[in-house]
Amino acid sequence: MAGDGDLPARSPATPSGPAGAPAVTAARTPGAADLPPVAENLFSWHDGTPRLIGSACRACGTLAFPQQHSCPRCCGEDVAGTLLPAEGTLWSWTVQRFPPKSPPYAGEAEFRPFAVGYVALDGGIAVQGRLTGAPGLDGYRIGMPMRLLIEPFLRNDGTVVAAYAFAPCGTGDGDHPEADDDRGPAGAPGEGSAAS
Amino acid sequence: MTGSLAIAGIGIHPFGRNEGQSGLQMAVAAARKALADAGLSWPDIQFAVGGSDSAGKPDTMVTRLGLTGLPFTNVINGCATGGASLLTARAAIASGTHEIGLVVGFDKHARGAFDPRPEDWGLDGWYGDLGMMVTTQYFGIKIQRYMHEHGITSASLARVAAKAFRNGERNPAAWRRKPLPVDEILGSAMVADPLTRYMFCSPSAGAVALVVCHPGLATRFPAPPVYVRAVSMRSRRFGSFEVFSPSMPVTRGPSPSQEAAQAAYAEAGIGPGEFDVVQVQDTESGAELMHLAECGLCEHGAQEELMATGATEIGGPMPVNTDGGCIASGEPIGASGLRQVYETVLQLRGQAGDRQVDGARTGFTHVYGAPGISACAVLSR
Repeated sequence: MAGDGDLPARSPATPSGPAGAPAVTAARTPGAADLPPVAENLFSWHDGTPRLIGSACRACGTLAFPQQHSCPRCCGEDVAGTLLPAEGTLWSWTVQRFPPKSPPYAGEAEFRPFAVGYVALDGGIAVQGRLTGAPGLDGYRIGMPMRLLIEPFLRNDGTVVAAYAFAPCGTGDGDHPEADDDRGPAGAPGEGSAAS
Repeated sequence: MTGSLAIAGIGIHPFGRNEGQSGLQMAVAAARKALADAGLSWPDIQFAVGGSDSAGKPDTMVTRLGLTGLPFTNVINGCATGGASLLTARAAIASGTHEIGLVVGFDKHARGAFDPRPEDWGLDGWYGDLGMMVTTQYFGIKIQRYMHEHGITSASLARVAAKAFRNGERNPAAWRRKPLPVDEILGSAMVADPLTRYMFCSPSAGAVALVVCHPGLATRFPAPPVYVRAVSMRSRRFGSFEVFSPSMPVTRGPSPSQEAAQAAYAEAGIGPGEFDVVQVQDTESGAELMHLAECGLCEHGAQEELMATGATEIGGPMPVNTDGGCIASGEPIGASGLRQVYETVLQLRGQAGDRQVDGARTGFTHVYGAPGISACAVLSR
């Protein structure tokens, strides 16, 4: 499930949005969107909404994150970049209550505990991420509706980058833009825009 | 039935911080004890397999043990290193290449949680930057979900740790030998919800060595023979939830522990319900409970009753982690898997002293490690 960190530049960053949809819009959320990302090709903006960049197997439809150049399920190498759905439900969580050793941890020197978990996105993939926005560090519950967001991440070298996280989003707000666009049947995945 | 490998001698260097001693020094001490236990000397050893994650190259032990020219293979497979070493030794003997060998595992780690680097695990740097390259997170997340699905309570998690410390008290080679009441374990500082400080093992130092031989030679040594009836190892399949995974499929598949255990049972012709003593990886309390079910030793969710009734205590119907496990011994990565085998051999020989399981004839061992590997063994008298 690991990213193929040594592969050349990732082609899915080429805009190839769903038919009729603009690949990238200018309607970005001010703030975090203007910060340099913690890593290239990790997330992107689509109609003003952040989306994680994954990959989808053209043979079996299996999704992976971060994007990789082969399929962890069918072993095929015909995969393409895709935007993952931005919403899902909390699969499980914990709280990182002690400072992780640095390196590898690059967060601010004055450690603040944070929640972390997996969000099961539509399309059959669960993504690990920092959690934010609940009332209290232990205010998360399995099954909670969650939504991707981009937030500033203060590094221990004093710089600030943009990182992804998930926050509770309540239910019934009806705001599920294109939730299904990027996880169609075999042949369809990989059409999503992943311009960054 | 004698399987394809036998244990002729065992040696351990006690686990703990072991300040002032290197991992290699501990390994040599354990090797000399194992040789003495088998009534052999180093030149009798035809091949060796050694594992260490952080304490140096095992084959450099020949400098201290003697330059006999033997082939010495180094193995490194995370927390499953001991299991992989045993598998390697079995292959050497089953192939007919050698008849007597030494398997050794040792380690020594810095204080605090492990600090793995993303690039060593096929991951990009951002994963570590954001603070997700932390094993304790995985353990907390996995047991949190398991408790949700199977009705396991925090009290059961605390009972696992309390049992570990009680068993550790009876084990001179253990590190944490002071019993702790369940309330104190539950009330200790939260580390990775729902797991508290005393539910976790800590990285430590220690060493274990085994003299292994062809089963046809097993009765030539001083101690009662113990046979390795099966040894197996598996890596992860699509659908298992593993440490250091930025993502995973929502649909669950079999875990490496489940598949390694089933392979071992099939090879040995001995399975759940037939083991007198069981050792499973308990990097924290939740792992012991989940691994029991993944290995088919209980139903999912049955752990709550097992812990409430003391079924896994020494004296219960299925004693688990009789030497105190990782929780009482700490985790020297290269040594832990062989510690389980060492304990099982002691139990099957009837040499386990205050923690002896009466009349133990069969045993099972299980290790699990990053990035989703498991190794199991079945042993019998």
